[in-house]
Parts: sequence; structure tokens; C-alpha cells
Amino acid sequence: MNKVIAGRAIEVNEEGYLKNFSQWSTEVAHEIAKEHNLNLTPKHMKVIDYLQEQHKSESPLTIRKVGKSGVVDIKEFYELFPNGPLKTSTKIAGIPKPASCI
Amino acid sequence: MNRLVILGAGTAGTMISNHLNKELNENEWEIYVIDERDKHYYQPGYLFLPFDIYQPEDIVKPTKEFIPDAVKFIQAKIDKVNADENYVKMQNGDIFHYDILIIATGTDIAPEETKGMKGEEWKKSVFDFYTFEGALALRNKLRNWEGGKLVVHITEMPIKCPVAPLEFAFLADSYFKHKNMRDKVEITYVTPLSGAFTKPKATAALEHLLTEKNIKIESDFAIESVDNVNKKIVDYGGKEISFDLLVTVPTNKGNDMIERSGLGDDLNYVPTNKSTLRSKEHENIFVIGDASNVPASKAGSVAHFEAEILTENIIRYINKQPLKEEFDGHANCFIETGNGKALLIDFNYTHEPVEGEFPFPGVGPLKLLKESRMNHMGKLAFRWIYWNMLLKGTHLPFVSTSMQEAGKHFN
Repeated sequence: MNKVIAGRAIEVNEEGYLKNFSQWSTEVAHEIAKEHNLNLTPKHMKVIDYLQEQHKSESPLTIRKVGKSGVVDIKEFYELFPNGPLKTSTKIAGIPKPASCI
Repeated sequence: MNRLVILGAGTAGTMISNHLNKELNENEWEIYVIDERDKHYYQPGYLFLPFDIYQPEDIVKPTKEFIPDAVKFIQAKIDKVNADENYVKMQNGDIFHYDILIIATGTDIAPEETKGMKGEEWKKSVFDFYTFEGALALRNKLRNWEGGKLVVHITEMPIKCPVAPLEFAFLADSYFKHKNMRDKVEITYVTPLSGAFTKPKATAALEHLLTEKNIKIESDFAIESVDNVNKKIVDYGGKEISFDLLVTVPTNKGNDMIERSGLGDDLNYVPTNKSTLRSKEHENIFVIGDASNVPASKAGSVAHFEAEILTENIIRYINKQPLKEEFDGHANCFIETGNGKALLIDFNYTHEPVEGEFPFPGVGPLKLLKESRMNHMGKLAFRWIYWNMLLKGTHLPFVSTSMQEAGKHFN
């Protein structure tokens, strides 16, 4: 389905995750963040960059992995994206929701 | 003489040694199995031991009983693998060169990964049931426990047998009912996942059962620490859950030897091709069972299906033929739901568990994703099948290696 985000029609799934990363932009990220009552700071954006890089290299994402990334520790990750940080941050990053597997 | 070395004599290592012993030419290949333990544990039994359904002697047998006579069993501790020079170094200094290496060292709990988990209360009011010792200590605790807040908890994914903690909660409900003390026990199921299970249709069915059994669920809980003084678990977001008895599944990690050998990922699982079961980095190293990082359940049934495909791929590798990309992530698990009933789920990498009949489409006798007594009988019969057929590498009649779509109600 399509959803208007930052003035453009963006294709998302039923949970609101972007279906097509090429439609992602910083504006889109800010809009999705607002829906979660978040204001993106440069620190948030560093995490988002990291998540997108990992996604590109097809490396599975877990909270443990983000905590060991050197970008944030787990505590900071929760402070930046409260309540299910991996789910929220990946949605803002425009990448699929990590299948926390099996 | 060529040599094939198998590291680990658990479920996966024992099965593959039996398969290969039948298939490889004994004049050309010698097979070694290395494990530090001399006992084989029937791990599904760890679920029943705490509730006095099985006794210790039901689930422990000598490892050697299940290793073929022609296979050399070495009982010693592994130091590390040198994958560039094709040898395994033991802690006693012995060296075993190999032409082919199969890693089957499994996964183990690592409670030390969570702050306070292995603290003052460990084995007093904080227990695991993923080890024989843990399950036994928990049995002794439950025998005299007078009730209170029971918290069944998963630390992080992936874990061995992802349905086991749910089964534990269901069996606890049933156990306390039989002891006429269910009203004295509050059961809470705490998970880092967003729901009861990892797959949507099974999650719906299982959450329904949790409600029916009056078990509360707390989802999206990522534990930061165990507070031993106030008996609480605390998550990174600041959420707190108090307990009188905490039954936790600690972080699961592959064997330390994998880390010492530089062969694993951040949880010591070996990066493995999910279709061929060959190591991604070394062409003469293969991985079976829980030791790999393939996105399938860490479960004995998965290792069983893997063993059939891996045997074929080892032979293809020896004959310099391309490997078959056939493993589909097939898993088949009984889920005990208490009161003499169980569910059965059958799924793979791409198909989630759904309702239907198994193994015969339209007939059963087992029902998929539905509670039945027949499923429970199946689970109990499975212990016999495990000791007498599965470990010996006997093909199970009517159960195919790849998942069957027939008999499943996908929509």
C-alpha cells in the first residue's frame, strides 16, 4: 500500500516499513520519527547510517550487534529509540523489520 | 588413508557419524569423533525433568553406545582448530590432522552475558533448564516450592529449541494444577520478541493458549540485569518485573573452542551456507546442528534433516562433484501444552507453521498447530525413536527430509 510521507507517495507494508529503500530520504526518516514522537538528532542519524550499511551488506541485525557496533551501546540505543529500539530504528532507516529469527 | 574428523558427539555429531560410517569406504576413510564428555543427554528430556515426568536415568546414556564400532571415539577436550593447516589441537597437546572436518559442537548457555544472572540467587531462586544440572536443581526446587511469582524468561534470540520456554510455562500451569496450588502461583512469560513465537500463525495459536491457561505475557523485554537483592529483572528501557522464582533461558552461544579457532560470529556460531551446510570460509569444513549460523531452528529435528543432506554433500565433495543446495530449513517440533496434550508444528525457511495434518495429508494422525492427545503420545514416543532410530541415522518412515506442502492449510 502507499502512504504519503513528506509529501510523496511511499510504498509501505502493513506495519509501515518501507518496501523500497530507494524511496527513503532524510525527510522521510524525520516524518516517520515524528509518528513515534522522536526528533532525530545527529546521534540518531549515526545509528541510522550504521543500520543501513549493515542492511546493504546483508548482515543480520540484532540489538546485541548494534550494542557492539561502536556507534552506541545498548543503553544509549534504548534512550534514542525507546520501546523496541530495533523495530523503531529500522522503520525510520527505511529497511525491513529484522526477523529476530526462528 | 583419508581422515574425516567430527567435533562433538551430541545429537548432530552422533547422527552424522552413523550416516557416514555406512556411506564411506572404510578402506579409504577413517572417521574420528571427538568430545570431552562420555555421556549422551536426551535434551528434550530437560523439559520434563523439572516436573518429575522423567527421571535422570531416562535421559542419560553412555556416548559410546551410539557411536559405530568402526568410528574412533576420542574423549578429550579440544583446544582449537587450525583451519589453514587442517588440524585439530587438543588441550593435552595431541594433534589430529583431517581431510574433512565436521563441526557439531552445538550451543550452550552463557548466563555470564547478563549482569547479575549468575549472582547470589543462581540456583536458589534463579534457574535454567537448558542443562542437565540446571533442570535437576530446578526439579528439587519445585518439589518444595510454596508458590508465588513464577517468571519464565528468554534473554535473547537465537536460542536452542525456541518453543521450550513456552512448553515450560504450559507444563508449569499443569504441574501446579495437579498439586492443587495453581491459585498460589502467578505465571508470567517474558520474551524479547513482540509475541509468543517467531512466526505469526503459531504466535496467534500459542497466545490463545497462554490466555486460556491464565499465563501473562510480557513482550519486547530486552533484559539488562537481574537484581538479586530485590528479585527483579530489569530491561534496558527501565521496565521491571519481580519474581519469586525466575526460570530463564540465558543467552545461547556456540562453543568457546570456535572463538579460540577464529571460526565464529559474535555468538560463536560458524558462518555456514544455509543450503549446502558447508562453512562459508573453508571448503573442507562442514557444519551440522546448533553450531551453525543458518537461520533455522536450533533443534534436534533440524539436525536430523541436515544429516541426510550433509551426508550426500560430503560424498559429493569427496567425488569432486558440485554440492547440492537442498537444505530447506525443515523443522518439526512437538509443543507440550500440558494436561496430556501437545501441538505439532512443521515448517522451513520459507513456510511458517500452519494448521493441517501430518504426516499423511488429510489423514494425520497428527494434527498441525492444534492441541491433541495424539500429539502428546507422539512426543512421548519420540524418546524411544531418538535413542533407537534417530541417533543411529535410521530414516524415519513417512517423514521426508524436505518439508512437504501437502496437508498444510496455507490459507
